[in-house]
Amino acid sequence: MSAKVVSKLKSQFGDRILDTTNFRGDETVTVALKDWVEVATFLKEDDACDMSMFVDLTAVDWPERETEGEPRFDLMLFLRSYTKKHRIAVRTKVKDQEKAPTLTSIWAGATWPEREVWDMFGIFFKGHRDMRRILLYEEFEGHPLRKDYPIDKAQPLIEYRDVEGTRKLPPFGIEEGQPFARVNWEERLAGRDQQVSPSIGAQVGQQRTLSDSRVAAAELAEVQAAVDAEPPPEAPQE
Amino acid sequence: MGDLRQAVIGPDVEHGVFTSKFESLLAWARKYSLFQYPFATACCGIELMATAGPHYDIARFGAEAPRFSPRQSDVLWVVGTISQRQGPALKRIYEQMAEPKWVISFGTCASCGGFYDNYTTIPGIDKIIPVDVYIPGCPPRPEAALDALMLLMEKIQNNDRSPSVVKPREVVHQLRAKAPKERR
Repeated sequence: MSAKVVSKLKSQFGDRILDTTNFRGDETVTVALKDWVEVATFLKEDDACDMSMFVDLTAVDWPERETEGEPRFDLMLFLRSYTKKHRIAVRTKVKDQEKAPTLTSIWAGATWPEREVWDMFGIFFKGHRDMRRILLYEEFEGHPLRKDYPIDKAQPLIEYRDVEGTRKLPPFGIEEGQPFARVNWEERLAGRDQQVSPSIGAQVGQQRTLSDSRVAAAELAEVQAAVDAEPPPEAPQE
Repeated sequence: MGDLRQAVIGPDVEHGVFTSKFESLLAWARKYSLFQYPFATACCGIELMATAGPHYDIARFGAEAPRFSPRQSDVLWVVGTISQRQGPALKRIYEQMAEPKWVISFGTCASCGGFYDNYTTIPGIDKIIPVDVYIPGCPPRPEAALDALMLLMEKIQNNDRSPSVVKPREVVHQLRAKAPKERR
């Protein structure tokens, strides 16, 4: 649907379009960070492209890419044209601590998505007028959608009460909360651990990724024993 | 009046004579005139609205009057997920309420954080303010909200400030499964 836009971009920028992919009709082009604003401006201004609608801007964190010398983050821009009815995604790679140029001068609607990317991933945008956190509070340290942000780390604004009975959660029980998200990233980056879902991983004989996997295994055995020991449900009375 | 007779005066008191503790009378008056402050943040709020509607009719319990000032309310209904950013606001609203005050934690998220095991959600409002009644469910049905209200009224009458949890109800299909086949 947006193949015309891709060919237009290729004829305009040539080798500066580093890569193009097509997944079921959704075209994605990859450009270098230095061409980011130029490509975006072309997509907006060119009559054949006419990308008047800024849909979204977001980022993807690939921490394992950093060990290979590649930039850590993907910055993803999604655009749509009202008149031509086509869409395109533009990707660029950003290093950690590297500043990206802002797109707010092209689409005013980029203001909040760029603030969100700063809030969640810590990618700073040069030229943005109001580079503050948008969802979290000023006291928050770190950027929570980075993969190396600890999944169980909360930063309460007010101190928790220390009363008996309120300590039930967290840490959550073994089958509660988001165990699929509790990935030990050090193990993952070292290549010792590829498991995502504990229930799927258990089926293929993988070790749990919880940081205290031995404790978790003991807890699971306890739960299983309790389930086994439970008497079968009574037959309905006639 | 039958309820008052059972709660306030003993069974062996002669007809027409009131002998009781003043606290019991006061508790009886309090439990039937609960003004509520709805702190609704998420989808559980829809269920609370249904509870207040004519079908479930929370007015039967004298608790139909929402007050949107914490200074005028007796019960704080915390309905839905409370994020870390909302924590100070919730605590301040609780502190602004006049004594005596009670707190109902409506739904799994308010009670323990639910499945939001992450950086942004408070894992249970009891980390911040004391809770009298917990309502499990995601979201709980209006019947559970009414059960919580009745449980709270019972606790007010007994001057019981320990936290308690609403028990699950036996739902219709379980009752049907128990019934003999020919009567189904």
